[in-house]
Amino acid sequence: MTRLLETQALEAFYGDFQALFGIDFTVDEGETVAIIGSNGAGKSTFLRALTGLRPTKGQSIEFAGQSIAGMAADRIHKLGLAMVPEGRRLFPSLTVEENLLIGASGHRAGPWTLKQVYEIFPDLVSKRRNPGTALSGGQQQMVAIGRALMSNPRLLLCDEISLGLAPKVIKDIYQAVPRIRENGTSILVVEQDVGQALAVADRIYCFMEGRVSLTGTPQSVTRAQIARAYFGMGEDA
Amino acid sequence: MVWINALVQGVLLGGLYALFAAGLSLMFGVMRFVNIAHGDFIVVAAYLMLTFVVTWGLNPIIGVALVVILLGIAGYANQRFVLNRVLGKDILPPILVTFGMSIIIQNALLEVFSADSQKLQTGWLDTSSISFGHNVAIGVLPLMMFIAAVAAIGLLQLVFYRTSLGRLLRATSDDPEIVPLMGGNNAHIFAIATMLASLVVAVAGIFLAMKTNFDPTAGPARLLFAFEAVIIGGLGNIWGTLLGGIILGVAQTIGAQIDAGYQILAGHLAFLIVLIVRPTGLFPKMKG
Repeated sequence: MTRLLETQALEAFYGDFQALFGIDFTVDEGETVAIIGSNGAGKSTFLRALTGLRPTKGQSIEFAGQSIAGMAADRIHKLGLAMVPEGRRLFPSLTVEENLLIGASGHRAGPWTLKQVYEIFPDLVSKRRNPGTALSGGQQQMVAIGRALMSNPRLLLCDEISLGLAPKVIKDIYQAVPRIRENGTSILVVEQDVGQALAVADRIYCFMEGRVSLTGTPQSVTRAQIARAYFGMGEDA
Repeated sequence: MVWINALVQGVLLGGLYALFAAGLSLMFGVMRFVNIAHGDFIVVAAYLMLTFVVTWGLNPIIGVALVVILLGIAGYANQRFVLNRVLGKDILPPILVTFGMSIIIQNALLEVFSADSQKLQTGWLDTSSISFGHNVAIGVLPLMMFIAAVAAIGLLQLVFYRTSLGRLLRATSDDPEIVPLMGGNNAHIFAIATMLASLVVAVAGIFLAMKTNFDPTAGPARLLFAFEAVIIGGLGNIWGTLLGGIILGVAQTIGAQIDAGYQILAGHLAFLIVLIVRPTGLFPKMKG
């Protein structure tokens, strides 16, 4: 498998406060990777650095064979990196369909069209003329995922897509993941729901206090290891 | 009949005010940007038209095209290279910078064109009118201004609601932070918004030159009328801005009908009443 994304010793700061300490991280072509970790572990900061929303000048981030460190967010997006932002962030004055079309602003060619998005999320068809924010939370999340897919990304970043949703709705949303993978798209999900992350991912990373505290395949890591990496409890605690 | 006439003239005058205001409304709508130099750019457009047509003797049609193109380019460049630098969460820096621009423009105009008030003579257009019975006549020029205002606002509406550019502008208005995650370049989108606003400013300036006497300090008063029209109509709603312009225009002509000295005051009073009764304007938010 070819490498799609690689960061080496990635750091991030909020003023004097260091949020990330030397993150080494990879995603291969076609792979689904999950990042788990508690609030404040640095997961969202890491995604914001990848997308260019946080400055990363002079650092080591390679995507699709080129350095994207310090690159503007819209240019990174055009290389095929799309994000489903935390809290969905739909555009309230746009209809569902307009929200989806905005995702295609970069004009990247690929399999995803309005038709394909409506196929994996049929609930949206009847709501296409409604304002995006008039939908239920789960449907809004579908729009946010569809909007990101419309850019035909090589890597889809999903930030806490199950947050605040009912288990049934989370299931509905995650049923789309195999369809997205079918097209060769790599997926990086950030999840607080460890069970969901283990079920969907090929590999997981656990973040704690800005560091990678555990990495492996869902089969190779034990519950005890995860608990230690997630909460910082263990032998020396 | 004189009252009906005043009403009709007010509506037509409102068209000019809407032209003054549309660019201001658009820039505020897309990027919460308050351009204090807005009125001065209108006056610049008026002087450019005067220079092209009177000093250089160009065909008026070519003059209009040149003013519109120049203002559009200047608007894009000004936003992209100057105003974007002060755009942020704080609304004060843009106000200070454009306030400075306003002073610079007024003094530059004073230097080049002197303090004499001028007007673009339009010949037959100045005096021709269509008569509607006793005491009601519609001037051809005011009618043209009104049609231009409706057309300009209609076109902006088309761009905003029927094109992918407009979709991006509305998305940026909602949430500029995540638009780059959709592949949009904020600096470019903001500059496009100011360019569109500047095209309307160009048209407004040309009509200003044709309608009244103007001098280098005429800008701030146009800004005031533009502000009042925008706020009466509701911030960020472009049709509301047209209605705001009309309400302001009608108030002024009705005031002038009562007593010539009440024209401007009546407009301000109408504005004040709206501000007290409906502080968010008559049509607050643009609907999808």
